[in-house]
Amino acid sequence: MGKRSIIPYGPQHPVLPEPIHIDLVIEDERVIEAIPSVGFIHRGLESLVDRRDIHQLTYVIERTCGICSFGHGMGYCETMEDIFGVEVPKRAKFLRTIWFELSRMHSHLLWLGLLADAFGYENLFYQCWRIREKVLDLIEMTTGGRVIFSVNKIGGVLKDISPEHLRLIDSSIDDIKAELEVIKKTFIEDSTVQSRLRGIGIITKEQAHALGCAGPVARASGIRCDMRKRGYEAYQFLDFEPIISDAGDCFARCYCRLMEVFQSIDLIHQAIGMIPDETDISIDVKGNPTGESFIRIEQPRGEAVFYVKASGKPHIDRFRLRTPTFANLPGLCEMLKGAELSDVGLMVVTIDPCISCTER
Amino acid sequence: MAEVICPENILEEIQLGELLPTVMEKKNAGMRLAQACAAFIDGKFELSYSFSDDKTYQLVTLRVVIDPSEEVPSITEIVPQAVFYENEMKELFGVKIQMITTDYKDKFYRIEEVAPFGPKKEDA
Repeated sequence: MGKRSIIPYGPQHPVLPEPIHIDLVIEDERVIEAIPSVGFIHRGLESLVDRRDIHQLTYVIERTCGICSFGHGMGYCETMEDIFGVEVPKRAKFLRTIWFELSRMHSHLLWLGLLADAFGYENLFYQCWRIREKVLDLIEMTTGGRVIFSVNKIGGVLKDISPEHLRLIDSSIDDIKAELEVIKKTFIEDSTVQSRLRGIGIITKEQAHALGCAGPVARASGIRCDMRKRGYEAYQFLDFEPIISDAGDCFARCYCRLMEVFQSIDLIHQAIGMIPDETDISIDVKGNPTGESFIRIEQPRGEAVFYVKASGKPHIDRFRLRTPTFANLPGLCEMLKGAELSDVGLMVVTIDPCISCTER
Repeated sequence: MAEVICPENILEEIQLGELLPTVMEKKNAGMRLAQACAAFIDGKFELSYSFSDDKTYQLVTLRVVIDPSEEVPSITEIVPQAVFYENEMKELFGVKIQMITTDYKDKFYRIEEVAPFGPKKEDA
């Protein structure tokens, strides 16, 4: 047995601008155990239920994350709508779905760029983020925001998308698709990319299930689970199948997220083709509800669980958000065991960690 | 049009003593721990352990209501990934959880206040 030592990784690291700290117990150059700790930026957003009413909370919860902000606001609104027992107008469901898929596109493109940066392919990083800008432009055009959209409300959405803008989105995402095809070829076929990703950080299907992995991390290990199949919002009308791989390595996680960008383009096309020509985009929801609800949605990083308990008072009793990264941390610890020290940074990136989400 | 799989969520209220056998039952049924959390409502802790069947998308939540002074057995021996959920319950709410496989000893979240979401001194 070689000499064991502990190397601290993070909370500040060149590869990962996220405040997670991992104690890496290493023997020679190989990781024996990884012990994570978070909590550097705990914000206590969940405790704001005491100080904000149910409608104001929509905007607080949206600020949980700067990448998947739209989904957090939408998930909270769905949970409250379930407690109120109301159904939002059909057009609002389609609008939410379009914005949600645009969010997924920009989140995955951001991650693909970070991955390229992590394995040292700077040009690929630039290309991913250049394409992502076009998605952000579409979001800004329709909501006015690039990071925080603030278009969700309990009972529907605050803004509509005009027919001209829908047509523009429809054509723009085809242009984006053409550009994606070029970077797809690099990610999937380039030998230098493959040499850095294939066979590294493997999580088997059984491990992923036992460790409670979520989203692309689970699907890359062969688990056919995508919360969009629950049929919330307009997904009940759209035709798609979860994208899975069975290799469970860093390449599989890259493949799943890359192909999900193409899937999002297809879903947006479908949604634009089926969006009802109505004027109602929200209903009035008033009063202080009583009840509790658990709602799950598929955020770009995976399953997010929203829990609200209310008892007829102006403020709800409890709001809880279990973010996808929280679910993927045990999987990360497992995949790091046995890894080469030089691969640690890359492997951490492949779970697409969002620590600000996790700490809420 | 896609096949929609959306069964109703199930909430099972159980006694504290039934927690470990019921968790074992869910694990043996192939269910995944989707989340665990605590809430402090009306002087009691409400602990929720949600299990997901990833084939049917069924979510089953086990609910245990306890007094703040009661001790709760850790489920981490049965479901290892519960370690972060249980450390969170312990640090943010002050739930007394026994025998967590990796107990961060109040260092999981680096916050100054002890159990900020739990009972305040005047509640005790």
